[in-house]
Amino acid sequence: MKILVPVKRAVDYNVKVRVKPDNSGVDLNNVKMAINPFCEIAIEEAIRLKEKGVATEVVVVSIGDKACQEQIRTGLALGADRGIHIETDAGVVVDSLQVAKLLQKVVEAEKPDLVILGKQAIDSDNNQTGQMLAALTGMPQGTFASEVVVADGTVNVTREIDGGLQTVKLQLPAVVTTDLRLNEPRYASLPNIMKAKRKPIDVKPVADFDVDMTSKVTVIKVEAPAQRVGGVKVADVAELVHKLKNEAKVIA
Amino acid sequence: MSVLVYAEHDNESLKIETNKLVHAALGVSSDIVVLVAGSGCAAIAEAAAKISGVCKVILADNAVYEHQLPENIADLVVEVAADYSHVFAAATTTGKNFMPRVAALLDVAQISDIIKVESEDTFVRPIYAGNAIATVQSTEIKKIVTVRAASFDAAANDGSASVELLDTIKTSEKSSYVSAELTVSARPELTAADVIISGGRGMQNGENFVLLNGIADKLGAAIGASRAAVDAGFVPNDMQVGQTGKIVAPQLYIAVGISGAIQHLAGMKDSKVIVAINKDEEAPIFSVADYGLVGDLFDLLPQLEAAL
Ligand SMILES: Cc1cc2nc3c(=O)[nH]c(=O)nc-3n(C[C@H](O)[C@H](O)[C@H](O)COP(=O)(O)OP(=O)(O)OC[C@H]3O[C@@H](n4cnc5c(N)ncnc54)[C@H](O)[C@@H]3O)c2cc1C
Ligand SMILES: Cc1cc2nc3c(=O)[nH]c(=O)nc-3n(C[C@H](O)[C@H](O)[C@H](O)COP(=O)(O)OP(=O)(O)OC[C@H]3O[C@@H](n4cnc5c(N)ncnc54)[C@H](O)[C@@H]3O)c2cc1C
Repeated sequence: MKILVPVKRAVDYNVKVRVKPDNSGVDLNNVKMAINPFCEIAIEEAIRLKEKGVATEVVVVSIGDKACQEQIRTGLALGADRGIHIETDAGVVVDSLQVAKLLQKVVEAEKPDLVILGKQAIDSDNNQTGQMLAALTGMPQGTFASEVVVADGTVNVTREIDGGLQTVKLQLPAVVTTDLRLNEPRYASLPNIMKAKRKPIDVKPVADFDVDMTSKVTVIKVEAPAQRVGGVKVADVAELVHKLKNEAKVIA
Repeated sequence: MSVLVYAEHDNESLKIETNKLVHAALGVSSDIVVLVAGSGCAAIAEAAAKISGVCKVILADNAVYEHQLPENIADLVVEVAADYSHVFAAATTTGKNFMPRVAALLDVAQISDIIKVESEDTFVRPIYAGNAIATVQSTEIKKIVTVRAASFDAAANDGSASVELLDTIKTSEKSSYVSAELTVSARPELTAADVIISGGRGMQNGENFVLLNGIADKLGAAIGASRAAVDAGFVPNDMQVGQTGKIVAPQLYIAVGISGAIQHLAGMKDSKVIVAINKDEEAPIFSVADYGLVGDLFDLLPQLEAAL
């Protein structure tokens, strides 16, 4: 069984981004970038399925400029077998539908049995790509997964939903998107980082894919959120309750 | 211009998110139709028909829609959407699950998690865990939009629209429902509560969450948690507040033993009044709290319960 894992290069989750003074976007100069945390969980899940003997090959794919090869290498160091890089020009923003269409072409060529994506990228917080890919390829989907069990041409996915947990059974090939509690990703060991340098990455220009890259969604402006200013420290519970009743008037 | 609003419900009751969606949709058009898809949902359709501003309710009542399987729901919505310029669904785990499929099948980009409607084609949405607010414009022929319900007021319930039955059945062989473990609680839901009290890693274990119960009872509050508390197994996943959990904006949010990581703040910083209880006076949560109480939660929670 082959597993395809799309990974996104995103701002490190510890970084508090700043909006550019001209409101054209956020300032990503000299900001630490990393593999999107949900994608890391996706790779880990794929590797575990390989270690269990369920999967035979794990392929990571990323769409972006040259820099995202760093994240593909991370995937390879974690245990993926090979990488595919769909290269865009630097600074090009690709929207989720375009990413999904490019991934659709990769799926057609690679014919994976399972595609595992992150549920959302922590920069755009879109939470769309996996579902779009599933629709475009006619695959069933199990989103926000906290457990994935593959058996006999099907996969059971336990999903974190607003009311609790839901389990669905999907026929393979299928799309799964990861939630935080699916697993705890490992760290890449030094020998594996060295080994990853020799694993192949197939680089293809985005133009080869015949996907319309003009977006119909434009960002008009990006602003800083209204700042919440810290209030006061109260001395004790009595003062807190008094203020909540009489000043804030949020309790009776 | 006309908006198809996808009703949020659990086959038993209509959720307040639906009223909020209708309110958001009024920013686009006054021609609003609600689609209720589910099983045994006649009463829910009746409830949706009472939401002020709704012109009509379409009820697709069939067992294939009971578990909101996205393969079925998306195909249904794509068909119904033919008559509308906009489709709005809540950015809940249901809406997030099927809406991108609808967008992809219609070959249009989706706008996720909007917090404001500027005009029929321009919407405001948070990115980077709420650290930046983007205004985006879509020139797609159809606007497929998920809405952060917490950012909108709820439309009232004094309408009287008609209910139309739709017998379209969309089903897929490729996906089926197996089981669910749903949390049963007599408390209000996090996304609907006026008051929320949340516990973090500082609670130390699941048993200690009972310290929040008495306070929640007195305030009619929902109980939430940080990711650390959920990951540690203190409480179930549906209690997580934050960037990747539930987004809430109650009148009063009380954070207990929560440090205030940006991912947690992303889920609650639009609350009207924030109270933080933490033993570390440098904890970042105090920088967003209106009222901060420094001290040991194991001393302070019983005192608070007694004082209410
Ligand atoms: C300020 C700003 C505002 C934006 N607003 C919008 C907007 O309103 N609408 C919009 O559609 N786009 C918008 N974008 C573009 C957006 O940043 C993303 O590049 C794009 O939407 C890709 O999807 P995602 O990362 O949000 O996907 P998500 O659906 O959040 O990501 C889920 C998963 O998809 C996979 N994936 C996503 N991207 C890639 C990739 N490049 N390569 C490989 N796998 C990938 C990963 O597995 C990831 O975990 C905006 C960008 C900026 C900078
Ligand atoms: C991709 C990603 C997504 C995430 N999404 C979310 C999310 O949706 N929601 C979320 O919450 N987090 C999320 N996180 C995790 C987040 O970064 C923090 O790790 C988490 O919020 C920390 O939880 P906490 O505040 O309970 O724990 P800690 O940071 O450990 O804080 C515990 C606090 O309790 C206080 N304390 C301890 N004992 C006592 C006592 N006896 N009395 C009073 N105070 C006490 C301490 O002073 C401390 O401030 C995410 C992280 C990542 C990487």
